[in-house]
Amino acid sequence: MRICIIGGGIVGTLIARQLGRFDIEVMLIEKEYDAGLGVSKANSAIIHAGYDDEPGTYRARFCSKGNMLYDELARQLDIEVVRVGSHVLAFNNEQRNVLNKLYQQGLNNNIRNLRILERDEILDMEPNINPDVVASLYAPSAGITEPWQICIAATENAAANGVEFHFNEEVIDIDAQGNKIRRVITDKHEYQVDYVINAAGLYADRIANMAKDVAIPIHPRIGEYILLNKFTTADLIHSIIFPTPSKMGKGILVIPTVDKGILLGPTSSDLNYRLKDLRATSSEGLEQIVENAKKLIPGIDIKETVKTFAGCRPETSQKDFYLGASRKIYGFFNVAGMRSPGLTAAPAIAQWTCEELQKTYNLKFNLKKDYNPYRKKIFHYYNNISLEDYDKEIQRYPEAGRFVCVCNKITEKEVIEAIKRGATTLDAIKFRTRAMFGECQGGFCTHKILQILSRELGFPLEKIVYNNAKSYVVDGKVRK
Amino acid sequence: MNRLETDILVIGAGAAGMGAAICAANSGVSVIVVERNPDAGGILNQCIHNGFGLHYFKKEFTGPEFAYQLYSKTKESGIQFLFNHFLLQLDLKNKTAIFASEEGIKLIACKALIYTAGARERPFGSLLIPGDRVSGIFTAGVAQRLTNIENRLPGTKALILGSGDIGLIMARRLTLEGVEVVAVCERMPYPGGLARNIDQCLKDFGIPLLLSTTVTEVRGDGRLREVITSSLDENYNIIEGTQRSWSVDTLVLSVGLVPSTTPIMDYFSIDSKSRGVIVDNCMRTDKDWIFSAGNCVIIYDLVDYVTYQGEMAGRSAVNYIKNGNNPARYPIKKGNGVGVINCSYYVENSDLELYIRVNKPKEKAKLVVRSDNTIIYEGKPSAFIPSEMVRVKIKAEKIDDSFKKSSLVTEIIDL
Repeated sequence: MRICIIGGGIVGTLIARQLGRFDIEVMLIEKEYDAGLGVSKANSAIIHAGYDDEPGTYRARFCSKGNMLYDELARQLDIEVVRVGSHVLAFNNEQRNVLNKLYQQGLNNNIRNLRILERDEILDMEPNINPDVVASLYAPSAGITEPWQICIAATENAAANGVEFHFNEEVIDIDAQGNKIRRVITDKHEYQVDYVINAAGLYADRIANMAKDVAIPIHPRIGEYILLNKFTTADLIHSIIFPTPSKMGKGILVIPTVDKGILLGPTSSDLNYRLKDLRATSSEGLEQIVENAKKLIPGIDIKETVKTFAGCRPETSQKDFYLGASRKIYGFFNVAGMRSPGLTAAPAIAQWTCEELQKTYNLKFNLKKDYNPYRKKIFHYYNNISLEDYDKEIQRYPEAGRFVCVCNKITEKEVIEAIKRGATTLDAIKFRTRAMFGECQGGFCTHKILQILSRELGFPLEKIVYNNAKSYVVDGKVRK
Repeated sequence: MNRLETDILVIGAGAAGMGAAICAANSGVSVIVVERNPDAGGILNQCIHNGFGLHYFKKEFTGPEFAYQLYSKTKESGIQFLFNHFLLQLDLKNKTAIFASEEGIKLIACKALIYTAGARERPFGSLLIPGDRVSGIFTAGVAQRLTNIENRLPGTKALILGSGDIGLIMARRLTLEGVEVVAVCERMPYPGGLARNIDQCLKDFGIPLLLSTTVTEVRGDGRLREVITSSLDENYNIIEGTQRSWSVDTLVLSVGLVPSTTPIMDYFSIDSKSRGVIVDNCMRTDKDWIFSAGNCVIIYDLVDYVTYQGEMAGRSAVNYIKNGNNPARYPIKKGNGVGVINCSYYVENSDLELYIRVNKPKEKAKLVVRSDNTIIYEGKPSAFIPSEMVRVKIKAEKIDDSFKKSSLVTEIIDL
């Protein structure tokens, strides 16, 4: 029996890890060079508390559970999850009423330690919040993380437990003759499989079409973001700051990042389904972010911007996840429509998927004897090791004393380790090590990383790309 | 772990660091220069064009030649260089700096420290230019590094944003290497680089300079394919209907430098706006034993100026070690018309050397340095442009004590 997961985002990789516990054959196919490059890469990176999901939805069912699973996940996968807490701010009585409703809904969803705070207490905790604030809904269990790190960590751990990964390989057809999953056909190979888990994010509808399943009603919703320089803005806020939600959604937030920067956004605009590859920012969007973020934190200085970006998330007409076994195609299982709070819910959905597969298809997965739930992250030397120990480490590994990224203080050892673990592109190095992620955005280190990638992989410089095949960096030699 | 001791420790072996080291070593003190790169000269090494050294050496050199000339001088002075060493932390109490290199961890104790770390380029992301996220967008320094050192072309057809000197230099450099440079755009109504570079890098090659024009969108799929530019009105707002599409695979940015001060921002004061180290005219920071010079203080036009200021830091550090004095200092204020100024304080009884950049062009004006109503210095009437710094030297005896009651003020007076 063979299970094929299509899509290497947060749900795909976490399901792969979950299934990797068992004595079954599992493979994952991802069209990009790396895990987590789609929806998982560009979002608010928040572990939501779970008070804003209406009862009866999949969101409510999986969000608070997923939130709780993150502590164990962080421990096992050695990823950063910081429970910074969140405030939803109210600036008038009407908004205060909304907070009260959210508070009640939070109680119903079993969210722990929720509190309504008054102005003075809020400003004691977060002095840079707009002093016109009257109340906030404070949720200490809300947290932040780096979603791409989770995808990378889950991939490494699943691979170590025997899951087979195929990156840079695109599914082009699914053979479901007789309404039963039989084969998955990619641009490179054909695989005999018994079950397909559709975790293809924005492209889950395309995969469902290939399998001749009923249509999945998703469309892209784009969100733009602004990232501020961590070295100059870090003290501005310490928790996640939301405006009072409206019909338009959660609104534009001010979010601390685990790397100590500040993220502003997202905007939210629904796009035609044909525009799912769009990742462009717009002048209106960026202006809207600045205007709204300043209403929450007036001291934001937009001149401290280091990067702007946009991400698309799959929105469904039901505003809920699209989960479960197809009723039409035997062996086709959807884990789609992972809109907000998809990141938070993902660990719970991965567990559920594993149980649901066994229930639906009458399977019994047996635990692997040598299953190892742990994975270690790439060790970052700067400020994480005593000078004595660091000196000893450099005597063993001289490359640990060679600094590549000067802003985030990343050594050549870290870059080489990322390459050993599968990084082949500049973004793959960036997302694994944070090199090129600092205030100079690669100004001082891109050429060094190009050289290291070229040397370690044996590629010429011209073959190295940022993230996808079209994003080449240099265009040939100046002199032969 | 390795421990070293020296009288003076210089961090950064660019022009400012070498200037400081040479000056200090010639006074008979011991000097160690630590550099994170494998060689001396800093960014000069990738500036293979000429135009360096006209003031300092009274000769014209390329960047690497200028660096070599300075480095040769250090060889005569017994200065110890440590290359490939990266600053981890400073221990202010013990006057010790801690470095990592492939040899291990090194603690260097000193009597005085000179920080000369240069500057970094403003990245594309900071410009808030909307559009697709694509490859093919380079800061001018990165494009220069790739072309001149890594032997790689950044693309085949380029637009340059920003008419700072490095943008102009790269316009010529890329043209000479067969890249088609379609235009240089500048958001200000006047060019950002030296007049000689406008002539030699753009006019001589027929590259158009579009003033009051900026990039308003970048498009592409993976790699840059199209850049949209727009004209700006006098308030820098986009004039609708002036959008113009350029089909290029490369965008080179020359949009300003930022002093590299992040590694030391917790140790001594920097200007929160310019991010430069705050120094007095002896290049002393707010710690009496720490000095700083070069582009980590303010962004200079000429490496010659950087070298002079490095020398000043070297002299002051020696003076501090030998005499231990910590004379009183008084603020120097920016008055009308002054955009950037080095330095922020004046040390009593010293000669004053000022580097001033005006905040907008003046057809006819004069530079005045005064304290309250006493005029200390008055320059000749002339034209001023932001791209060309003014250097002023005032002898100590010309500066009477009146500034002690208030401060020194520099201003540009229209005529």
